[in-house]
Amino acid sequence: MSMETALLATLFLPLAGMVLIWLTGNSPNLREGVTLVTAVALFAIVLSLLDAVMAGASPGLTLLEVMPGLELAFKIEPLGMLFACIASGLWIINSLYSIGYMRGNGEKKQTRFYMCFTLAISSAMGIAFAGNMFTLFIFYEVLTLSTYPLVAHKETEEAKRGARIYLGILIGTSIGLQLAAVIWTWIAAGTLDFTKGGILADQIEPVLLPFLLALYMFGIGKAALMPFHRWLPAAMVAPTPVSALLHAVAVVKAGVFTVLKVVVYIFGIDLLTQTGAAHWLIWVASFTVLAASLVAMTKDNLKARLAYSTISQLGYIVLGAALANHYAILGGALHIATHAFGKITLFMCAGAIYVATHKTEISDMQGLGRVMPFTFGAFCIGALSIIGLPPFAGTWSKWYLALGAAETGMIVVVAVYMVSSLLNIAYLMPIVARGFFRPSPALATASAGAAVAPAKGGIQEAPFFCVLPPCLTAAGCLVLFFYADAIIALLRPIVE
Amino acid sequence: MIAVDHLPVLQVVGPLIAAPICSLLRARNLAWFFTLLVSIGAFLCSIYLLNTVLETGPISYAIGGWAAPLGIEYRVDASNGFVLLIISGISSVVLPFAKRSFELEVPENQHSLLYTAYILCLTGLLGITATADAFNVFVFLEVSSLSTYVLVAAGAKQDRRALTAAYNYLILGTIGATFFVIGVGLLYMATGTLNMADLAARVGPIGGSRTLDVGFAFIVIGLALKLALFPLHNWLPNAYTYAPSAVTAFLAATATKAAVYLLLRFCFTIFGSGSGFLAPMVGLVCMPLALAGMFAGSLAAIYQYNLKRMLAYSSVAQIGYMVLGISFLSITGLMATTLHLFNHALMKGALFMALGCVFFRVRSVNINDLSGIARQMPWTMAAFVISGLSLIGVPLTVGFISKWYLISAALEQEAWVLIALILASSLLAVIYIWRVIEVAYLKDPIPGRTVTEAPLSMLLPTWALVIANIYFGVDASLTTRVARMAAEGLVGVAQ
Repeated sequence: MSMETALLATLFLPLAGMVLIWLTGNSPNLREGVTLVTAVALFAIVLSLLDAVMAGASPGLTLLEVMPGLELAFKIEPLGMLFACIASGLWIINSLYSIGYMRGNGEKKQTRFYMCFTLAISSAMGIAFAGNMFTLFIFYEVLTLSTYPLVAHKETEEAKRGARIYLGILIGTSIGLQLAAVIWTWIAAGTLDFTKGGILADQIEPVLLPFLLALYMFGIGKAALMPFHRWLPAAMVAPTPVSALLHAVAVVKAGVFTVLKVVVYIFGIDLLTQTGAAHWLIWVASFTVLAASLVAMTKDNLKARLAYSTISQLGYIVLGAALANHYAILGGALHIATHAFGKITLFMCAGAIYVATHKTEISDMQGLGRVMPFTFGAFCIGALSIIGLPPFAGTWSKWYLALGAAETGMIVVVAVYMVSSLLNIAYLMPIVARGFFRPSPALATASAGAAVAPAKGGIQEAPFFCVLPPCLTAAGCLVLFFYADAIIALLRPIVE
Repeated sequence: MIAVDHLPVLQVVGPLIAAPICSLLRARNLAWFFTLLVSIGAFLCSIYLLNTVLETGPISYAIGGWAAPLGIEYRVDASNGFVLLIISGISSVVLPFAKRSFELEVPENQHSLLYTAYILCLTGLLGITATADAFNVFVFLEVSSLSTYVLVAAGAKQDRRALTAAYNYLILGTIGATFFVIGVGLLYMATGTLNMADLAARVGPIGGSRTLDVGFAFIVIGLALKLALFPLHNWLPNAYTYAPSAVTAFLAATATKAAVYLLLRFCFTIFGSGSGFLAPMVGLVCMPLALAGMFAGSLAAIYQYNLKRMLAYSSVAQIGYMVLGISFLSITGLMATTLHLFNHALMKGALFMALGCVFFRVRSVNINDLSGIARQMPWTMAAFVISGLSLIGVPLTVGFISKWYLISAALEQEAWVLIALILASSLLAVIYIWRVIEVAYLKDPIPGRTVTEAPLSMLLPTWALVIANIYFGVDASLTTRVARMAAEGLVGVAQ
């Protein structure tokens, strides 16, 4: 299979899977089988491209011309390769988990659920391999629309309201701001191709650059830069596999990926450094990082806390992009990968807790770690990785991001990274501590009424398919720590 | 072949002759089939004409061999060739749909007369578009308007309010036509000619004559009434709401388009040269009204319970986009308008036809009656969703292409406020389309109601337009090429 064919296959294979899922909708086993086979096949195809891209190849193709000069074109470059690997790889794990979760909870309309999932993955591939901003924008919108039914899946009033906010903010920012930015770029530069070093140098008045950048940064609502972050907590009404998809696999990652693409290939790092056009973004992103962390501490609902944690972590990446130097960009790109593994672990654990006990509030989870040791163990590892402690993957991305901040000489920004890491500890670790060290209410009452027999110390985990995936991704956090240099090697060409 | 040379006029005269014949066909299926044949004939004709124009340039035809400016000239260039294609094409798609729809909504004994009115309306719209004679425009404007009143009133079997809607439209439409003909009269007074090219040549040297300026103002206001520019849109919501479904689909996709084309023609071909009145008229009058219409229409649409009325208000907003494109007075702006003429016809046609399918089964298009309807009519609602997305302007649909060019036009002039307003108003479309999607997909069906999918004869035409929405959204090279030629043709004459 030539690389071009493989590229097309990454887009169309999930679509073919979608049709098959539709056709096999009446037999759940077959349908889930199709999902898994599609996921594995997609990951295999993406991996088959990896070696050549590591070696410096950059295949591309043009599908068709939509308007004069504006083509639906694809091109593989290291950043997109990384995103595609993460999205397709984690999709396999997420599919396994979906099967466990959706069956465990007896959710309805599962065929629609799996169909939308495959469509979302297909558009994530489109985003990853887009050859120009026009193509990226198209798939960005498809991703938004295809995830709407997933967010609204439960069809309750609350779900509808959440989905409305989700769609409203994402479509509002993308059409209201990002589209304007894309057209502005097109009129100014005459091209939208992703080009190393950017396409805007000398094409637009330096005074206007910060405004264009603002249109992009706020227009990429999926990156959840404040004040356009409300959709993430609102989307918490969705089933947990969807939350994992939103937070780790596709949606927010597509957002920050687009941010990096715009900074690296549309503006160009050098242009941003010379003109200081991204300076304001440093402060907005810093604010997002700290404010979201503080809000996270106030949330008792586990998924809501994780949602604000995500907003904060996305702020890291945007901050890295705003710093616009080699280390910060590398760190930001690496953080896409490490945060994906950490956050998907946390979400799948939250889902497993829900499936096993139907508990959503952190204050209710006392002593649960002793009942669900694997789940809480995985949660602990995920949390440590997010915090950025060795030997877990998150260490490296934070290292590079802080290095980037130090290189610009902005000690304040280094401090932002450090303080927010402390905040991470403050809002993530108590969950683990509560689970393992505080006695559960049942135990407490049991010992109070001493006559009752000793509390049952048995382990009651969620279904196997809900527990295995978070353990796998937790292991991934550990493995990535030792192989981070491979990712750095993949990414290095984008900043050199 | 000699007949081919006569195509510009045959396009109009054919249906004109066919109309009385149709009124004699008492069997309704026969009348329908005859109308369909006429419409398809006009469609093929327009395809051939547009193709010829694209290859060899504008075609001029002198009726009866009397050369312009004495005789009446028919002239087809890229801009009106495109509009002819839109009108006859939409008509040909709507007709197969109309058969079942009329059978339900219109008394049986009126069918052949209704089809006659339909053909006359088609004739009028095609005539307005093809002719190059200002007075001839008025004649066909009246032909199309009078037949439209009849078509709207035909909705009376379903809802008696169709009669008042038609009457209201009759009064306002007549006022509009009167304004238009007064304007043409003033033009004739100042220039002594009615041929458009001739007018253009004479308007320039006269320059700032008050007669001309007043004439121009009369024409613009008369046309603004016809094309339902805010705040002269009052007739439109009721007319679209109470007319039979197929009539609404046809009118929404074509009638206002012909009027917008006329506005383009008068603004650029005739008054583009030299008259200093164009820029203030368009910039100070049309642009603010277009903007107001974009917001007033969309906001009103959000609060409607009757979905036909909702889409009617949405049309008021969309007309705002078209007029806004004109008011930029640039090639890109004209391209945006021309593209949106075509694109809006596709999306509104599809949306109204989808609603027609819903009405056919549910007997209501009130949003409260559509709870969970997507489960019972999946194909119809899928068509509604896709064309709704197109209306919003989601990429890979035609709505996106229109929006792209409209924003480009605003960007070229660095009109930042306008860009913000265009984007903000297009987001209002998300709200009113999504209301429907939520009700249709996320609510449970009304218990006890058994509704099945609409018949194929209605579903297929609807989907034909839906597919066109996607096709011309994915590959807009043809439409943008025609739109560029049209825009350059309009401005080229002016220079």
